Amino acid sequence: MGKPVAIIGTGQTNHGRRRDVSYPELVREAVVAAFEDAGITPQDIDGVVSGTMPSMMEGISLTHFYFADALCQVGKPILKVETCGSTGQSLGHCGYYWVASGMGDIVLVVGHEKMHEGDSQATMTTVFDPFFQQTFAAGAPGIFTMQCMEWMYRFNIDEQKAREAAALVSVSNHDNAFDNPYAHIKIRVTVDDVKSAKVITYPVRLLDVCPNSDGACAVIFASEEKAKKICKKPAWIKGMGFRGEEFFFGESDKSVWPSATEAAKEAYNMAGIRDPLKELDVAEVYNPFTYQEMIFYECFGFCPRGEGPDYVLKGTFKKGGKLPCDPSGGTLCTNPIGATGLIRLAESVLQVTGKAGDRQVEGAKLALSHAMGGTDQFNGITIVSSEL
Amino acid sequence: MAKEEPREFKAEVVVPYELAVGRTWTTFYDTLKEEKILGTKCRKCGRVFVPPRTFCPRCFEEMDEWVEVAQEGVVETWALINMPFYGQQLEIPFVSAQIRLDGSDTGFTHRIGGFDLKDFETVRTRVKLGSRVRTVWSKEKKGGILDIDYFEPVK
Repeated sequence: MGKPVAIIGTGQTNHGRRRDVSYPELVREAVVAAFEDAGITPQDIDGVVSGTMPSMMEGISLTHFYFADALCQVGKPILKVETCGSTGQSLGHCGYYWVASGMGDIVLVVGHEKMHEGDSQATMTTVFDPFFQQTFAAGAPGIFTMQCMEWMYRFNIDEQKAREAAALVSVSNHDNAFDNPYAHIKIRVTVDDVKSAKVITYPVRLLDVCPNSDGACAVIFASEEKAKKICKKPAWIKGMGFRGEEFFFGESDKSVWPSATEAAKEAYNMAGIRDPLKELDVAEVYNPFTYQEMIFYECFGFCPRGEGPDYVLKGTFKKGGKLPCDPSGGTLCTNPIGATGLIRLAESVLQVTGKAGDRQVEGAKLALSHAMGGTDQFNGITIVSSEL
Repeated sequence: MAKEEPREFKAEVVVPYELAVGRTWTTFYDTLKEEKILGTKCRKCGRVFVPPRTFCPRCFEEMDEWVEVAQEGVVETWALINMPFYGQQLEIPFVSAQIRLDGSDTGFTHRIGGFDLKDFETVRTRVKLGSRVRTVWSKEKKGGILDIDYFEPVK
């Protein structure tokens, strides 16, 4: 354990198709918002951490150089972090390490993506190894569909039941997005809409899948001393976990997903959490696919293996349920990938500091945030609390 | 100043690569030409990897023991891909699958085919999780992963 670390400010862009700004301008929007929220100036920061998905997404290498000015990096040290979809969580972890080590008092962490500028599925397909798997890959939907099929088979989950539950997950996320001023997709959908939407990769349909979004998120980390001086109500990092698996998709069991399970365990141990369903007030689960969200519930110990759909049907994870998940509308409604994991963290910070507006879970004190990356290879978790 | 829609700028990055395959995978590809599927076995954990690995990703031990595995195996999972994107290597529709070949301990990524793939409902009567498939070889071998044309369901 290092020194205590707080989050004293967050900033997000309006996510969506942002043709009105160039990529560095988009990044600056989030940075400015975070500084305003924290009430500090660029002069106050000791370092910058920045991250995206593969740079190929926007056709520019070393994006942290491209954004140096927008990140207030001039005259400061900078690090880039890149773990695919889990980049946002890795970014937060890096900010934590920097401050917890005592090497910096205030660190700016920024995640960003402008997905409309390239071809996201073509880019993601290059995440696969070029010799064996890339030929058969089909971006994110291919891999996640294979994973959900394996999961249903392994736990003998009735296909219709899973379909119904996944549709409810979609409806609840889409409803929640209306409470979030930054969310990208804002449409009312019904269970029937989801079940009859266009097939992407069966059984996954259009409304089971996240959009391509342009967006950025900035989070400011601070030492205990600085946080207490600057911020009336900081959020405190209580637990973190990150785990990886083998690079080749077929070499680990994705239906029980070791990296997701172990990352959660590590974070719970650090935070002293024994019964997550009972102790957590809210969770921002990285949910680009409805079916996959249910696998995460199981990996994180929110419910027993194979019972994710039953708990969804009971309403456990919806607004007003025992453990509301993704009151922001989640990744399903907003996915600027390099920013997405950090948005999960920022949203959990807003929850425990009572700043989440219409999406506030009343009295939330302890929140989990999460992101997943690679071909189901990485999982990262950060738990924040209103108490030190 | 006249009000103008924000502009977009067309750009393209095309970079050719020559990727070193390494000895282990060269051996694997060479034996595919002889219609054999080889894996490597970890002396420490005993697992057999297909495609072969130079070292065990969990034990970090070198793997120099070669094992020929069966040309039949079990479907661990699959997905019908009918979604086009830039740079796609196979013609859609195709069935992407993880196949655990008998005698191996990993899922081998390839495709399942040999029948009409247009409609999901038809496809799922032929492809089931836990069902068995066998190798169908390409007539012309180029020393690549498509020397195996596809896997077909075993009746």
